[in-house]
Amino acid sequence: MSRIDGSLALKDVVKRFGSTEVIHGVSFDVADGEFVVFVGPSGCGKSTLLRMICGLESVTEGEVRIGGERVNDLAAARRGLALVFQSYALYPHMTVYQNMAFGLENLAMPKAEIQARVGEAARMLRLEDYLQRKPTALSGGQRQRVAIGRAIVREPRIFLFDEPLSNLDAELRVGMRTELADLHRRLGTTMIYVTHDQVEAMTMADKIVVLRAGRVEQVGPPLELYNRPCNRFVAGFIGSPQMNFLEGHVAGDAVEIPGLGVVRTLAALPAAGTPVSIGIRPEHIRAGHEDGNNLTGTVAGVEQLGGLSYVRLADPAVTIQIPGQTQLAAGTAAPIHFPADAIHVFDADGLTLPRLS
Amino acid sequence: MARLARMMTATRGHGRMDWTDWASYLYLILGTALMLGPVLWLALSSLKSPAGLIEFPPTLLPQEQVRVSVPNYPNPLPLYRITKGDHAGQTLAEVRKIGLQATMVDPAAPETPIRVPVEDRTKLMQFHAAWDNYGDLLQKFDFGRYLWNSVFITSVATILTLLLNSMAAFALSKYKFAGREPVFLLMLATLMIPPTIILVPNYLIAAVLGLTDNPWGVIWPAVATPTGVFLLRQYMLTLPDDLLEAARMDNASEWRIYWRIVLPLSKPALAVLAIFSVMWRWNEFLWPMVVLGRNETFTLPLALNSFQGELTTQWNYLLAMTVVTLIPVTVIFALLQRHITQGIASAGVK
Repeated sequence: MSRIDGSLALKDVVKRFGSTEVIHGVSFDVADGEFVVFVGPSGCGKSTLLRMICGLESVTEGEVRIGGERVNDLAAARRGLALVFQSYALYPHMTVYQNMAFGLENLAMPKAEIQARVGEAARMLRLEDYLQRKPTALSGGQRQRVAIGRAIVREPRIFLFDEPLSNLDAELRVGMRTELADLHRRLGTTMIYVTHDQVEAMTMADKIVVLRAGRVEQVGPPLELYNRPCNRFVAGFIGSPQMNFLEGHVAGDAVEIPGLGVVRTLAALPAAGTPVSIGIRPEHIRAGHEDGNNLTGTVAGVEQLGGLSYVRLADPAVTIQIPGQTQLAAGTAAPIHFPADAIHVFDADGLTLPRLS
Repeated sequence: MARLARMMTATRGHGRMDWTDWASYLYLILGTALMLGPVLWLALSSLKSPAGLIEFPPTLLPQEQVRVSVPNYPNPLPLYRITKGDHAGQTLAEVRKIGLQATMVDPAAPETPIRVPVEDRTKLMQFHAAWDNYGDLLQKFDFGRYLWNSVFITSVATILTLLLNSMAAFALSKYKFAGREPVFLLMLATLMIPPTIILVPNYLIAAVLGLTDNPWGVIWPAVATPTGVFLLRQYMLTLPDDLLEAARMDNASEWRIYWRIVLPLSKPALAVLAIFSVMWRWNEFLWPMVVLGRNETFTLPLALNSFQGELTTQWNYLLAMTVVTLIPVTVIFALLQRHITQGIASAGVK
C-alpha cells in the first residue's frame, strides 16, 4: 500500500505565550511509520508541542515539517493529521456514526465512501453495534474507540494522541495500550503519543522523546533510555520505581558516599574531590554482600506484591527490588551489593559521565 | 398519571401530614389561586355576553337570561320567576316594563297579561357561553390581520434574535481578539439605559430609514439584545474548547463549527432566549405604538388598546381578544419550559 510520507521534523521550535517562553528550541525527527511517545512531567510542554504539530497553536520560531514540507502556516485541517483528545471531544449531540462521518462530510466526500470508511473503522474497533448511539450512552473505553475511529476514517498522515488513556481505569488502560499497539502495526501510520506515564511510553514506543520544562532531554528507543540515560532527570523519570540516587564525591578511582563507604564504578571519573552522584535502579541492587561495593542499610519498610517485593532502606535511603517474597522486617539490618556495571554516575550538573571503554 | 398523583399528594413525613406539609400546601394553593385565578376569571368572562358582563352581582360562570318564543310576540321574551304575590312560584315572560311595574305573560297562556312589581321577581338564568365573542372577532374586526402582524413580527424577530445573538455570543465566548472584553462590557452597559430614554432617537432613526408604519420597524431595533448575548455567551463558555478544536481538525469551517456544533449544543440557552424573545415581542406595546401608525399594521396589543374607545368599550370582544393573545405565549412556554431550568441554571444566570 502506498502512503503519503508521514515523517515529521521539528527544527529549533520555540513557543512563546506573550513574553513567557514555554518551548525552548526543540528539534527532533520522526521517521515515517514510527510510534513516538512524548513523555515528561505535567507542564513540561509536551501537549503544547503536540498542538503546535497539529496546528492548533502557532509556532513562534523554528520550523515544523511534515512529509518534508514546511507546515508552519498551514491550517490545522490541511496538515492531514488526526488528533485524539484527552477528553475525546466527541460531539455529544451526534451519534457515533455522525461523529466519525463529520470530518468526511466536511470534505464533501460521496456518501457511499463515507459509509464504507466508517463501516470499516467500526469493524476494526468493534463499534458496529453502537453506530446509532450517542456518546453519552457509551462506556469510557467505547468513547475512546470512537475518538480513535474518528481519526482513522480520515486516513491521516500522522495520528496524534494527547494522553488518550488517562481517563480510563487501570484495567482498560492496559487493554487499550495493546489495542493501540496493534492498530499501529496494522495501519503502519506514524503515531505520536503524549503521556506523562512512563510505563505507557516504555511499552508502546519505538522512540521516546523525554521533555522537561520545554526542552528535549533525550530522544531514543525505550531500552536505550533505560540503559543509558543521558542525564539524571531521564534516569529518574524512566523506570519504576524510580532510580535511587546517592550524593558523594570522587575519591581516586571510586566514588565515596560520605558515611556509607566507597563505590567502584565503570565511569570515567573526574579529578578527586569533584562532587558527583551515583544512581542505581532498585531492580539492579542485590541483597547480600558480594565482592566490593557492599553497603548495609536498615529496613524502613517492605511492600510485598507477591511476585516481587520492594524494600525501602534507611542509610542509605534506597529502594531495592527483590524477586519473590521476602522475610525482611522493618528495623533489621540489610546487607546490599551495588554491581559496578549497573551504576550510573552523574556530575554536579546532572549529566551522565561516560563509561570507560 | 400515577406520578402526577404522587406529586400532588407528596408529604414530608411517612404518609402523615406534618405541619410543614399543611403550610406548604396552603402556600402553594394560595399562590396557584392568586396567579391562576385572574386568568380563569378572564377566560370565563370572555365567554359572557355584553349583558352578562354588566350583571350585578357578577357571576363566575357565563350566564344568560332564558328566553322563550311566545305566540303573537315577534321576539323571544325573557323569563322571570315570580317570588311574591298571587303568582309566586310561577315562571312568566316579560312583555314590557314600565317604571316599577312589568307586564308579563304566562308562556302557556299568552292571552292574559299579568302585572307584576319588579321587586317581586328574579331573572331565570342559564349557562350560556357566548362563543360569538370569538367568532365575531374574526368576522367583524380585522382580527386576522392583527394576529398575522403579531405572529410575523414575533417569529421573524425571534429567529433573527436567536441567529444574531448567538453569533455575537459565539465570537465573544470562543474567539480571543483585541477588544473582546471592552466590546462585551459596552454591550452589557446598554442594559443600564432605560428604553424610554432612547425612544425618541430610535424613532428618528427608524423614520430616516423609512421603517415607520412597517413591521420591520418593530423587528430590527429589537433583534440585538444585550440580555440575549449575555445569556448565550455564558452558556457557550461552558462548551469545551476541545470540541471546537476537534471540529477544526475535522476540516469544519468556522461557520460549520458554529452551525453544526455550537448551535445544537446551545439548545437549552437558545430555548430560554426564544421564550424571552417571544414574550417580549408578543407583548411589546410602547415601541410598536410609536412606530406603527396605521391601523393595518397594528399588532394585537395595539389592536386591544384601540378597542378601548373614548366613550364605549366593547368588553366582550376585548376579553376574547386578550384570551387569544395569551394563547401563543402559553403554548410556546409549555413547549420549551423544560429547557428553561437547564438553560438558566447552566447559563450562570441565577
